[in-house]
Amino acid sequence: MPSQRDDAMAHDTASAPVHIAVDRAHASQPAGAIKIRARDVNVFYGDKQALFDVSLDVPENSVTALIGPSGCGKSTFLRSINRMNDTIAGCKVVGRIELDGEDVNDRSIDPVVLRARVGMVFQKPNPFPKTIFENVAYGPRIHGIATGKAELEAIVESSLKRAGLWAEVADRLHQPGTGLSGGQQQRLVIARAIAVSPEVILMDEPCSALDPIATARIEELIDELRNQYCIVIVTHSMAQAARVSQKTAFFHLGKLVEAGPTGEIFTNPRDSRTQDYITGRFG
Amino acid sequence: MLTWIALTALLLFSLATYMAGRRKALATTGGKSVLLHSLPGYYGSYAALWVGVPAALLILLFAMFGGRLEAGLLRADPPAAVAALTAPQQDVFYDDARAIAHGGQPSETIYAGDLKTALDAKAAKSTQLGDLIQFGSLALGAVLALVGILIAYPRIGPQFRARNKVEGWVAGLFIVCSVTAILTTAGIVASLVWESWRFFQAVPIHEFLFGTEWNPQIAMRADQYAGTGAFGAVPLFIGTFLIMMIAMVVAAPIGLYSAIYLSEYANPLTRSVVKPLLEILAGVPTVVYGFFAALTVGPIFRSFFNWIGAQLAGGSLDGLAQYLMQVQNQMALVAGAVMGIMLIPFVSSLSDDIINAVPQSLRDGSLAMGATRSETVKKVVLPAALPGIMAAMLLAVSRAVGETMIVTMAAGLQAKTTLNPLDTVTTVTVQIVTLLTGDQEFDSPKTLSAFGLGLTLFVVTLMLNIVALRIVQKYREQYD
Repeated sequence: MPSQRDDAMAHDTASAPVHIAVDRAHASQPAGAIKIRARDVNVFYGDKQALFDVSLDVPENSVTALIGPSGCGKSTFLRSINRMNDTIAGCKVVGRIELDGEDVNDRSIDPVVLRARVGMVFQKPNPFPKTIFENVAYGPRIHGIATGKAELEAIVESSLKRAGLWAEVADRLHQPGTGLSGGQQQRLVIARAIAVSPEVILMDEPCSALDPIATARIEELIDELRNQYCIVIVTHSMAQAARVSQKTAFFHLGKLVEAGPTGEIFTNPRDSRTQDYITGRFG
Repeated sequence: MLTWIALTALLLFSLATYMAGRRKALATTGGKSVLLHSLPGYYGSYAALWVGVPAALLILLFAMFGGRLEAGLLRADPPAAVAALTAPQQDVFYDDARAIAHGGQPSETIYAGDLKTALDAKAAKSTQLGDLIQFGSLALGAVLALVGILIAYPRIGPQFRARNKVEGWVAGLFIVCSVTAILTTAGIVASLVWESWRFFQAVPIHEFLFGTEWNPQIAMRADQYAGTGAFGAVPLFIGTFLIMMIAMVVAAPIGLYSAIYLSEYANPLTRSVVKPLLEILAGVPTVVYGFFAALTVGPIFRSFFNWIGAQLAGGSLDGLAQYLMQVQNQMALVAGAVMGIMLIPFVSSLSDDIINAVPQSLRDGSLAMGATRSETVKKVVLPAALPGIMAAMLLAVSRAVGETMIVTMAAGLQAKTTLNPLDTVTTVTVQIVTLLTGDQEFDSPKTLSAFGLGLTLFVVTLMLNIVALRIVQKYREQYD
């Protein structure tokens, strides 16, 4: 990646007015079948209710952005798609979340298998304290995807290439993944997630710990990955939502206020709260 | 008694100085404490410290060492009759003189003639000296307190930085406290090294470290077997090592697995019950484990092995059977197993802390990849925590090596070079206890060898602790 282009992207990220980005998003209309269908989802942390009757459709081969002020429940919703909320004591999910028509909370669904189908990228890059190679090979190894060493190496290479990291790490695959820069670590984590060929990738504020250049790289990557995966991204940056997503859902106080094509949400929101939020009046 | 009254008076006096100092500070600014550099209390404390501390230190010093001073002065210009006595007789004479003077119990020695006169004279002198030292010290204390007032009181004024001065005194107190601990350690090491050096003059260090025969009892009699040869510590090192290994075989897996259970699998309720229970186990005194080993575990193990022996007797393994039937209560296995149980809470609590320090984001990352909980523990959490767990194990080893009570009660006293867990072995600590308990002469190699053992033990455990702490430190830096 030539650095000149990086700089241009950084500039774009730092100061791009929202409407320019919206035009870009407009160019590709949300298309394809519904991948995830959520109906009347309520989530409780102990006695406290975090989500109220959320119903949302997430289309295949596109990027859906979840926006809203802090504590509005967007991360909670994201984590209930791959049942990561199971790992939080006292968290209870009620309602139906369908992945390809199957309820993910059904007894017959093994969360381990579900999570192999629905990958996740976290807010803070969390590479394992292992080598770069071992980080990417982690998923294929535990799921027994590769039958031999050569196949495993091929998977690692193609995953790193798709994550746009191969050129930077090809000569140091056996050095610790924790030694990479923050942006590289986040791309390593994305490579790790796509190494098991998931159908959906959930991203929980993947750029909030990164500088503008690294953010631009990740956004570019998200845009490329959209062709093969269904991506749901939680973000605090309205500009980012406008740049990378085709569909946007606005959450407020645990309720889904409004969802629709990104262009419409940003140019012509129906709800006054959405209007206030995206114009920066609160949040 | 008088000393306590004096100290109480001094305390009251410095309290009064505190009040006075505070009042003076406020008076200089017309009652407005804002205009003072420090809060009014600091001015009071400053004056009170100057009054109380030097005088109290002086009085305490005299109370502690005044007796020795008196005894020393009493021996000045001895009468001719006393000078003729032997040194031990002189000691008795002076002790009696002081006992008569201070209302103690004199020895039953009969003094007559010149000696009796001298004794009475010295007793009177002793009373006189004692009073002089006591009243002298109190008077000196009073003078110091007054000097303290004269130094501190005039300085009090709005510009005076009383807070900084008081903080200086407090910092001094902290330094004294921490230096005390360091000096004590240095003193212990110095005494160990000094006595060991004396020991190594009698027994060459290489024979001590590499000799294979340990029999300090014989060497006690100088006319027999010389000091050499009987002080080979290898059997003790092997015994210590054997028991430590048995203890770690018990403690390492159980401790580690309970730590994994507590930090990764237990729900908060279970954890809140099990963790304190494990920590209670850590609070049981080792002598109680010793009882348990000697009176409960030992007999059970013995009858178990005897029973196996009885079953095998007459068969093709008759030799083994005969051996098993003669197994005693005291064996390395009993001491090691009970010590292992003692170490379980130690290992589990340290490992639990270390496993908990592995960031949750790593677990989330692994679970979100579709890894099961056990894969997450095996492939992400434990590798990340491994250095810390190693350090915990090393600390446990150093405790096992230094543990005394359990082995004293359950392992035995016979120094044998064996790795057989059913045999009775002895350890470094057991030998130190045996060598030093009771009345001992501190110039025979037998007694001094305890210091050689102690030094070896100290060096080994110190090394283990240093290595373990270095590992823990490095590991902490990785995640902070």
